[in-house]
Amino acid sequence: MAIFRRPQYSTVRVKKKDIPAGLWTKCPESSEIVYNKELEENWMVVPKSGYHFQLKARRRMELLLDDGSFEEHDESLSSVDPLEFVDNKPYHARIEAAQQKTGENDALVSGVGTLDGMPVSLAVMDFSFNGGSMGSVVGEKITRAIERATASNMPVIVVCASGGARMQEGILSLMQMAKTSAALARHSAAGLPYISVLTNPTMAGVMASFASLGDVIIAEPKALIGFAGPRVIKETTQQDLPAGFQTSEFLLKRGLIDQIVPRLEMKARLATLLKAFMRSKS
Amino acid sequence: MDGSLSSKSLIPFILLPNPLFKNDASFGFDAPPSSTDSDRFNAMEKPKYSLDFEKPIHELQAQLANLQRMSEESDLDVTDEVKAIKVKIEETRKRIHAGLTPWQKIQLARHPQRPYSLDYIDAIFEDFQELHGDRRYMDDQAIIGGPAFLNGDPVMIVAQQKGRSTKENLARNFGCPNPEGYRKALRLMEMAQKFGMPIICLIDTPGAYPGIGAEERHVAEAIAVNIREMSALTVPIIATIIGEGGSGGALGIAVADRILILDNAYYSVISPEGCAAILWKDRVHAPRAADALKITSDKLVELGVVDEIVPEPLGGAHIDAALAAENLKTALEVNLAALKKKSTKALLDGRYAKFRAMGQFAEA
Repeated sequence: MAIFRRPQYSTVRVKKKDIPAGLWTKCPESSEIVYNKELEENWMVVPKSGYHFQLKARRRMELLLDDGSFEEHDESLSSVDPLEFVDNKPYHARIEAAQQKTGENDALVSGVGTLDGMPVSLAVMDFSFNGGSMGSVVGEKITRAIERATASNMPVIVVCASGGARMQEGILSLMQMAKTSAALARHSAAGLPYISVLTNPTMAGVMASFASLGDVIIAEPKALIGFAGPRVIKETTQQDLPAGFQTSEFLLKRGLIDQIVPRLEMKARLATLLKAFMRSKS
Repeated sequence: MDGSLSSKSLIPFILLPNPLFKNDASFGFDAPPSSTDSDRFNAMEKPKYSLDFEKPIHELQAQLANLQRMSEESDLDVTDEVKAIKVKIEETRKRIHAGLTPWQKIQLARHPQRPYSLDYIDAIFEDFQELHGDRRYMDDQAIIGGPAFLNGDPVMIVAQQKGRSTKENLARNFGCPNPEGYRKALRLMEMAQKFGMPIICLIDTPGAYPGIGAEERHVAEAIAVNIREMSALTVPIIATIIGEGGSGGALGIAVADRILILDNAYYSVISPEGCAAILWKDRVHAPRAADALKITSDKLVELGVVDEIVPEPLGGAHIDAALAAENLKTALEVNLAALKKKSTKALLDGRYAKFRAMGQFAEA
């Protein structure tokens, strides 16, 4: 019955690059068509319109840290399934799918490096991994990054991109808000600077903890930033939302964030701030 | 932008307010039949607020009322029958409440007759002085607070408060705080630190209010600052979840040395309705979400998030509010006595270590 013999395929796992299919991408703002390679080289900022696409965590590290200075920490941390969460898809399968898709272990990359020669502890969230949601791994890695900074007299920078807490880890996700914020209290008490960088989007449990606690809070242009999702607010209040509600520009006007800084100017701006804050420390 | 976000199924964006209670205060299905109220003589009368799973109890209660009415009208001696039904009611209640599902427990946590913070404050503490306002914008009545005495010793109370009537609920925003509630809470907690008073937090909120004004005045920042500051306050803090522990809105006054929870209360990262809407695209799956999220008191202890369960009277705290308050008072006394023995350093190190240990992950 050779006709029914199983085919002798070998499976090869290919890491899919997280680039939109095709060679071109349309800017959602100006409708201009950009060559993907050009977009990548310009750190996912559309050259003419200045529209900021989301940037992968590792590319962000390259953007902000001095060449070759990044030393990753805690890269082996990965999610377990503490609730044995019953969903349409098992939690561990979701995590594996996200790992395959992104090549990351979880939604945050962290470590130390130098920024314009200054040592910094840097943690960067990756929205492409399950919407940057914060579970135990993200919370633990941020907390360690902060504690590392406190122990070595370094500033901390956290680049946020997250929809909020990770539902599948339930109450443990919520507790990461307390864990990270407590670590920031100790870092602050040591007189060290913390800069929070908000990118599109930064919402809910992340916004209601470390994202809002920077000595300086910087946002990229036109990022969605807030606590409750716009749809929920609309449904609850039955009111139309004001124009530009929950954007970086809205929050600058409303006094929450210190500056709006385009991605390509971010490193220089962070360097200047840290120089001002760390002068007396050296 | 909204569309692209809503497709991410792992994210609870929101801290949905639960179905808001619009009923008025006069439920009283456990009230004794009153001879002046002719409605009560209808044996088929349904209680104005009832839980599906308690239906067998309500049927027995109706039978009992009927029997008592008959005896009054016809001078029959039904003492034995009354006794038998009363025993049966207790047995039925025991049987039903021994095997409650998470969703059923949530119904109890949201029961409109459940004791609220002010009920406990009245029963447990002496001379509560409510202090109002955040000194910046307004007085948020969804969070109340002020000094009081516990067995003669001063404490600072910070508590979320729901309304009992429609009018009160509008004033208290159904227990959903705005940023000013959290800022008032911090003002009072810093006052407690200044005067060396332990802090008692009572948590009972569906969640922080998802409103336009709340966003404009930065409710996320208000919660974040509270969480950070509470981690370093130099006085003992005990937080008790007495009803609903709705996500960040609850955590904003719940960073503490000891975290207690009433047996039927819940504490969750997202409301079961919100979770169901995201995962299963429909709020009717809330019972399934309530199960999956592990938000009941026993699960929270297993996960290491809650230290101690405060027992409730059989059938829920609303069946016997005085007993529920007595249980809570005992738990507060015991825990406060233990915390008062600790040095400030031990207290702060312990609090840091407590939250530092929360979470589960693998590390190669």
